[in-house]
Amino acid sequence: MIYWTQLYMHEKEEKMAIRQVMFTFPQNLIKEPIIYNLSHRFKVVTNIRRADISEDRGWVVLELEGEEEEIERGIAWVTAKGVRVDPVIGDVVEG
Amino acid sequence: MSYARGLRCRKCGQEYPIQPLNLCDFCLSPLEVSYDYKAMAKGLSREKLAGGPLTMWRYRDMLPAEGKEVDIGTGFTPLVKADNLGRELGLDRLYIKNDCLNPTYSFKDRPVSVAVTKARELGFDAIACASTGNLAASVAAHAAKAKVKAYVFVPASIEPGKLVGTAIYNPVLITVDGTYDDVNRLCAALTRKYNWGFININLRPYYAEGSKTLGYEVAEQLGWRAPDCVVAPAASGLLFTRIWKGLDELSMLGLIEPINTHMFISQAAGSSPIVNAFQAGALHVHPVEPNTIAKSIAVGNPADGYYALRIARQSGGGACAVTDDEIISGMKLLAQTEGIFAEAAGGAVIGSLKKLAASGEIKKNELTVAFITGAGPRTQDIVADYFHPFTVKPMIESVEEVLGALLQKF
Repeated sequence: MIYWTQLYMHEKEEKMAIRQVMFTFPQNLIKEPIIYNLSHRFKVVTNIRRADISEDRGWVVLELEGEEEEIERGIAWVTAKGVRVDPVIGDVVEG
Repeated sequence: MSYARGLRCRKCGQEYPIQPLNLCDFCLSPLEVSYDYKAMAKGLSREKLAGGPLTMWRYRDMLPAEGKEVDIGTGFTPLVKADNLGRELGLDRLYIKNDCLNPTYSFKDRPVSVAVTKARELGFDAIACASTGNLAASVAAHAAKAKVKAYVFVPASIEPGKLVGTAIYNPVLITVDGTYDDVNRLCAALTRKYNWGFININLRPYYAEGSKTLGYEVAEQLGWRAPDCVVAPAASGLLFTRIWKGLDELSMLGLIEPINTHMFISQAAGSSPIVNAFQAGALHVHPVEPNTIAKSIAVGNPADGYYALRIARQSGGGACAVTDDEIISGMKLLAQTEGIFAEAAGGAVIGSLKKLAASGEIKKNELTVAFITGAGPRTQDIVADYFHPFTVKPMIESVEEVLGALLQKF
């Protein structure tokens, strides 16, 4: 019994993922609590590491932790709101 | 011996031991190699460096490599006094650093040589990269030399002909059915899952250092002095920052006089996030969707954009974007004045140089070095439609008829 529980926990852990991303906000979304809503609408833990917000633009570097599918759904929702989402390591594909 | 002591976060200064790691755990900013410069200064001299091999590895004491280098003959490429081009642009002291003449025809051999050397030291038996051209070829070539497996990921949209220059070295070549963003995401995930040395992800701090040798070489070739002005292309911005770092280190080590080099960034107008930020007076580089023929510098979300921007500003330099037409004109001008067939990134550099000289940002008597970082033949299709040969029958009469006034009589 313990064995099966451990296996289940192990599988669950494997499904958990961490994604490091940068959100870039256009002016019309600066006032919206998008990161707060992201963590409430989806099972995603948001962990802000760096940010710079001004009255007309803003960017936030953060970690998203959760199940891979949930992170994907969360990013799709944020993107649909008009926020640009990029990998924090920059573009990997080089010429 | 190497004087590398560890990795340091470029933003918050957090330090880490030498390992395959590219981001700071705390602030998610890029890491760079830190050195014991005091010891390095004692161990180095112009004479010692000048006595080294005629490759980039003459500077091995200034690179983060301990073991035997993986070298395919990279570096010490010509620094050409470009009098013909200088006359066209109104610049009296113009030089071209011709890095087309590396073994896989681009500057990428410099960073890849260091990254693959380090990959072997760190115990990786496989390396990987995502690229559409120059990086892919260089990684595959170095993997062949080092006898390690190379996984090269390429977006499926690439023309098959462009893969030949990589496939010849026999890497595991994979086209990914998805957008550039999909490839970016896939590669980041693969790095987490597999024990691969991903050249520009977990090996990026070491990869970056190879490009410093461009700065070292230019200073040495100029008789141990820094140029007054540098014009270099920027994709991720890494090369640009490392040319500067190379010059700065030489100065710090007392091998050249204090530098006052103005650093000018060149980008294609269809992918110019760093130039946009410079011109807007912004501190942050906002990503863009690239749309240009200059594929080798079409990076919309440049990892080192912020640092490249800062160097351009702090050095009293500038930033210049050129259209695709101006890029083609630049390629032609360089080829037809100096006999150097550069790729589109080189066309962007020459196009930018022309604008910077015309506006007076680069002055006539300033010693200027333009960095040509990749050769044209790999992507010659972008200029193929511009040239049409004369067609004649195999008779003198036909030649004379077709060429007419073009035929000089002696």
